[in-house]
Order: sequence, then structure tokens, then C-alpha cells
Amino acid sequence: MAEASLESPQHRFDNRIEAEEKIEPKDWMPDGYRKNLIRQISQHAHSEVIGMQPEGNWLTRAPTLKRKCILLAKIQDEGGHGLYLYSAAETLGASREELVEALHTGHAKYASIFNYPTLTWADIGAIGWLVDGAAIVNQISLQSTSYGPYARAMVRICKEESFHQRQGYEIMVKLAEGNATQRAMAQDALDRWWWPSLMMFGPHDAESAHSAQSMRWKIKRQSNDDLRQKFVDQTVPQAEAIGLRIPDTKLVWNAARGHYDFGEIDWNEFNRVVSGNGLCNRQRLDHHKQAHEDGEWVRDALRAYAEKQA
Amino acid sequence: MNDTDSLLTRYAIRLGDDAMVHGQRLCEWSSNAPTLEEDLALANVALDYLGRARMLYSLAGNLCGQSEDELAFTRDTRAFQNLLILELPRGDFAFTLVRQFLLDEFEHLFFDALTASANEMLAAIAGKTRKEVAYHRRRSQEWLRRFGLGTAESARRAQAALDTLWGYVDEMFAVDDLEATLIAEGIAADRAVLRATWQAAVTHAIEAAALTVPDTTWRIEGGRQGLHTEHLGHLLSEMQFMQRAYPGLSW
Repeated sequence: MAEASLESPQHRFDNRIEAEEKIEPKDWMPDGYRKNLIRQISQHAHSEVIGMQPEGNWLTRAPTLKRKCILLAKIQDEGGHGLYLYSAAETLGASREELVEALHTGHAKYASIFNYPTLTWADIGAIGWLVDGAAIVNQISLQSTSYGPYARAMVRICKEESFHQRQGYEIMVKLAEGNATQRAMAQDALDRWWWPSLMMFGPHDAESAHSAQSMRWKIKRQSNDDLRQKFVDQTVPQAEAIGLRIPDTKLVWNAARGHYDFGEIDWNEFNRVVSGNGLCNRQRLDHHKQAHEDGEWVRDALRAYAEKQA
Repeated sequence: MNDTDSLLTRYAIRLGDDAMVHGQRLCEWSSNAPTLEEDLALANVALDYLGRARMLYSLAGNLCGQSEDELAFTRDTRAFQNLLILELPRGDFAFTLVRQFLLDEFEHLFFDALTASANEMLAAIAGKTRKEVAYHRRRSQEWLRRFGLGTAESARRAQAALDTLWGYVDEMFAVDDLEATLIAEGIAADRAVLRATWQAAVTHAIEAAALTVPDTTWRIEGGRQGLHTEHLGHLLSEMQFMQRAYPGLSW
């Protein structure tokens, strides 16, 4: 921003970003920064909320009362994360109604991984272990994002997500310790959720549409590929510890790099699901729209009652 | 197991069944509520009921040698003894909250009475439950007012729910031989004597919400004898799927 004078709001903003200071709701910020944040935070909020569906799919069928309670509490946490995040987006001037409207019209996205179905109980383990595990890696990095409300929401969310990741892993441990049917169920879930979990970090850095600018604004603090590597490095030993096989023939420890090398993601599959051809894309969005539509008379009644009381 | 233990087991199981079946129905609201806030609130209430079911099944299970999961997941429809009002499908948001209101007004009185139980475990469970119910009751009373005084549509739906549910409320106050014996021993709470207080509180709240107390002559009972509506079998087949498909395993 060479043209910005020393006293201009742009200059002050740039200096604060440079100095690792948090930007707060009432501070001046460039339009692009605001729009980029609204896009990212609302996508994150929608992901939390849409993610309630594949897990809710097993709520009424959980195998034990303890598991049912834990799963319900977890899904409730995810909804709570959605709420904090919608609130964080509201501090940028985007109302929840607008954001939900953008979701329903397809203008806003949610994490594509929730377009995969939860077919067995083991999928609930795999989601907690892998999907929440991948989300945490990303969210830990976002604790130092430059926008204050988003960074603070991440601190709280990370604490809860680490419980979720452990409960998912614990489901897998239990299955791995079980009989041949249970072990096969766990392996099948890992086989189906592993690659989509790696895809959660997004395209390679060179091909990521928003990455470079987001990194300059310090909205994003680490690259997609770095975060993905971190996830692989932490997850492979967890799979080995319970005797499950990661479905990647190219996976190997690279002592020189101090990291695992792993195979290439099938980007055609990634694009296929992102563009609407996953097993559950339409179901997830239709479900959200239907619930919203079914609840319209309730929201109308709430408003009418509040007005009469005022 | 002596006679009292055997009766106490059956009593704890039926109270557990009430909480289990209602908790299961509330779980069905996940991701379906009219607002995200209500989705979370319904989950909170559901968690209270599931927790209550676990405590009561554990109390029974310690006496009869079965685990909470065996009690929840391996008994068939005829063995379940929940109140019929709780197994009815969740319906719309008005149906769920009006049912909750009728139940909360009852449970508020019932668990208060049960804290005086001569059985310490039962009294302790009632003490914990009473606190939860106080919160549920504030919320469902508030919703009844919002429905009744909100829009014509919300009032119509709430009245329809009241009219449908009213035929099932008598069962909440029915005392059978099992409960009569345990009441005499100071273990069970006498639900029959709560009717007048309940009727007065509910009438007051319904009228304050500009709704009408149904003038219903039909009444349906049978849950305590395992005589259910056809809805329960489907609820159980979903809830018990894992333990039926993969029996005897650890999860």
C-alpha cells in the first residue's frame, strides 16, 4: 500500500497487522479484509451447523446410553460453535439471516466433507477422530488470526474440539479392541474418511484462491500444505497404535524431512464433491432449508410476542 | 431379592422408561429446531432425560443384575412401561413444547414429592431431577405464552396440540397396585394426589396464554401394562438397532 499516507487508516491498519495486534469490530479495516473474513467465518459457521446432520444421523441409534449422551453433547457443542461464529460474523456487519440466506442460495459454502454419508457407527468415530482432528489443526493455527473476535472464538472452540477428537478416537479404540466385525467396521470407516479429511485443508498452496491475500492479512497463519502435513504426522501413529491401516500405499516416514511422505490427493474426487456430486450435497442443504421453513411460524410467533410485550 | 426390592426394581424401570422414551424423542429434534438456540436448548433438555434414564436404570439394574444398556436396548415393546403421552411422535414444535409443558408441571410436583422417598437413592435422583425440571418448566411455560399470545397460527397449533395430548394426561396420575404398595411403604410418590394442584396450575397457565383447557372425554391408558400405541415399536427398533444387529458387543 505504497500510496497510503503515514496517517491514513490504511497505514495504521497495515502497521497493526505487522505488529501482530488484533483488529477489533469498531476499528477501520479495508473492505476486502472485511469481506474475506465474512466469507471465511460464515463458511466455518455453516460447517459447524451442517456437520450436526451426519452425526445426528446416529444420535437415535447410538449403541449405548453413554455413547448417546456423549454424542448429543458433542453435537450440541458444534451448534454452539456455529453460534459463536455467526456472532463473530455479525460484528463485521453480516446478519445471521443474510448468512443463512447465502447458504440456502448456494452463495456460501460449508466444509465439503459433510457431503459424505455416515453409514455405520464407526463413521461417528472416524468423524471425531479425523474430521475434528483436521479441524483442530486448522483452528489452533487460527487462534492467532488477526481479527480479535474470530481469534477468541477459536480459543474456546479448540478446547471443546480436542474433547471431540478424543471421543472419536476412543470410539475407534473400542472398535479396534472388539471382534473381527467391529475391526472391519473401523477399517472401512478409516478407508472412506481418510482422503476426504486430507482434502479438508483445501487445494495446494499454489492453487488456493484466497490463500495469499489471507496470509498477508494474517487471517490465515499457515499454508494448506503445512497444516495438512501436520495432520498426517500426528494421525498416522494414532492409527498404528490401534492396528488400523491408513489407505495410502505411498505413505512412508521420511527421516530426512522429519515428516511422513504421502500420496497425492485425488483432486477430481475433491472437485466432484465440491461441485455438488457428493452422496449428500442436496440432502444436507434441503434438510437445513426444510428445518428453517418448518420453523418460520415459530420465529414469527416469537417476533409477534416480543412486539406485544414491548 | 426380597419383595420390596422386586417392586422397587419395577418402579425404577418404569420411571426410567419414561425418561428414556422422552429423551429419545427429543433427540429427534437435533438439527430440526426453528432456531439454532432452540436446537441447543432441546439438546440440553434431552441430555437431562437421558441422564435421568441412566440413573434410574442403574438403580434398577443393581437390584436385578442387568446393565443400563440391557434395560434400554434389549427389552421389547411389551416390557416397556412408559406413559403413552411420551411415545407419541414429536409432531411440530408446538406439539413438542406443549407436551413438555404438561409434563413439566407434573414432574415439578412429582419429583418434589419423591425427594421424601424412604429409598435414599431414589430420593437423591429426585433431588437432582427436581432442579432440572425447574429449568425445563420455566422454559415450557414461556413457550406456551409465546404460542398463545404470538400469532393466530402459533395459537392454533398450540391449541391443536393441547386437544390431542389431553386424552393422555390422566395416565400421569394413575396409581396401580405396584405403586400403591410402594406408596404405603414410603418409597414411591403418590401421583394421584397431585392431580388437583396440577389441574389448577395448568388451567391458569393455559388461560393466561389465551388458550382453552380441552373439554375432552376420551382418555387412553395402558403404558404401565405394556399396552402401547403402535409408535413405540418403531421408536425402539431405531433406538435398539445396534444392540440387536450386533448383540453382546462392547462399544
